[in-house]
Amino acid sequence: MANLKTVSKKSKAQSMGMHTEVLTGRTQQKFFNPDEAENFYYFGTYDVDFNKRTELDVKDMTAPEANKEIDNLMSQGYGTIVIKNPQGKHSLGVGILNKLNLIFEGSLGYFGMGSCDGPIVRINGRVGWSCAENLMAGKVVIEKNAGSCFGAAIRGGDLICKGSVGARTGIDMKGGTIIIGGDAGAFTGFMMQRGRIIILGDVGINLGDSMYDGTIFVGGEIGSYGSDAVDSELTSNDQDWLKRKLKVAEIGENFDVSKMKKIVAGKKLWNYDNLEPTEKKGAI
Amino acid sequence: MCGIAGLIHRGKSSNVGSELQGMLQALKHRGEDSTGYALYGDTDGKNFIMRFKVGENVGEGSSSVMEDVSVYDERKKIVDQTLAEMGAKIVKEERTLPYSLRYEIDYDTKDLLDFSQRIESIPGVEILSMGKSLEVIKDLGNAKMVCDRYSLDKVVGTHAIGHARMATESGVDIKSAHPFWGYPFSDVSVVHNGQLTNYWNNRRVLENKGMRFMSECDSELIAVYIAEKMRHGATLEEGMKESLTGLDGVFTYFVATKDSLGMAKDTMAAKPLVLYESDDLVAMGSEEIAIRSVLPQEIDTYDPFDGEVKVWQI
Repeated sequence: MANLKTVSKKSKAQSMGMHTEVLTGRTQQKFFNPDEAENFYYFGTYDVDFNKRTELDVKDMTAPEANKEIDNLMSQGYGTIVIKNPQGKHSLGVGILNKLNLIFEGSLGYFGMGSCDGPIVRINGRVGWSCAENLMAGKVVIEKNAGSCFGAAIRGGDLICKGSVGARTGIDMKGGTIIIGGDAGAFTGFMMQRGRIIILGDVGINLGDSMYDGTIFVGGEIGSYGSDAVDSELTSNDQDWLKRKLKVAEIGENFDVSKMKKIVAGKKLWNYDNLEPTEKKGAI
Repeated sequence: MCGIAGLIHRGKSSNVGSELQGMLQALKHRGEDSTGYALYGDTDGKNFIMRFKVGENVGEGSSSVMEDVSVYDERKKIVDQTLAEMGAKIVKEERTLPYSLRYEIDYDTKDLLDFSQRIESIPGVEILSMGKSLEVIKDLGNAKMVCDRYSLDKVVGTHAIGHARMATESGVDIKSAHPFWGYPFSDVSVVHNGQLTNYWNNRRVLENKGMRFMSECDSELIAVYIAEKMRHGATLEEGMKESLTGLDGVFTYFVATKDSLGMAKDTMAAKPLVLYESDDLVAMGSEEIAIRSVLPQEIDTYDPFDGEVKVWQI
């Protein structure tokens, strides 16, 4: 992990426009010192072996029962768990703060994989609303479509949907990357504060509405821009990063990223309170 | 919160009563103040089926006032008398519960407006549905309770829509429960999940045009709004598309007619809907678990986008 203390203020990410404000005052350094990383641990995490594999059929289980059983299997050292028959149940796989290779053979309902930190997850089906909400680290790959509020408020990690997603994807996101292989609905990137969203297909109305920061890349048509979302220049750094990211995500590897549009915050609403009334009108 | 579900079999009939019961029961956590079914059964198409109520369910949780059963009997008598006066012959009569009745009526008319106005001018009487295939059954309680109470699990037909209600905008009673009949159109029904914020403005306009409202439930506006559009020559799909701008608020709703089923989602896509579509079946609901109750195997589903309207034929 990079030492945040030694990274120059104008980093490569900042030069790509991914987050442009210089952190001052209560920065991340106040909350997390990487030199003390060894002192950080989550209660209830386990040493697991990725080569130790098991299957769990949740057909006749409630979501809490299934989640407890996943926890129990991790406590026994299983590092690869295959979940059979999820059948659209809500809240499966939530709160996993562990390294784990988790595979769902089917679809999830609402709030699947919420508040996770670390697992590598593959869902061979569809997910309902608010998948991977508050994801902090790890990777979640959805093979089919996803509902609305996909990746709401994520802090980190990679969230990949190979199909299409509903409205408000990446709402309030604060970090990480969301990659969509198909189309995305209205209000994508609504109030996002950090992080990146990549959409290879079309996107609905009010893209990036009231976004504070972060970057959205769109390969298809844009329904309309939201308040304070503006176009930005797609740099060669951006293209290199997009190619790399799409390859790692196993999605759109041959996609022509040079034609993608880059959308960032216009930052007029960002300092909204400082604007004169006439400027406010213009910003809206 | 509320939950909605619907399905349409294309090219065949199925046990839609039982299927919809399973879908709505899977959504009961979204609300079980009342549950309603709009079932399009297999009939010979000769007679009208009129589902109507002469009183309210005053069971636990109801916001209705208790009335004596003799009052219901008296209202029924006046309905029978009014039907006779209009030349409508009752072919078959079922009284499932003291306040809930089902008539098969031999009556030759294309305009149900006058018919409905005369029946509903009887105090305490409300037509829940009128059509040659449609039957709206709604009552307090969850899907299974209502299904058992009215023996709906054996109803065979082509399509159905239903609603599990958490009462927020109006009372816990049958008149505020969904589905709503698309008065005065034969075989039109509506279920809705969401809130309409220009209900009163639209209601005043529509009442001035002669449309009727039976409850203060905002969802009823959708049925009346689309019925009014159709009254002036719009198709179902055209009426639904107009509603996206004419109705303000957040909504996902279904409309069904004798041979079609449609869905519409507001321009902010604020209310959920999951959809499964194949050549012979379309099933949709507020949550995927509703669809899973009829299709437990792995299937491809998706969320319709904002401002989307779709209509399927049987």
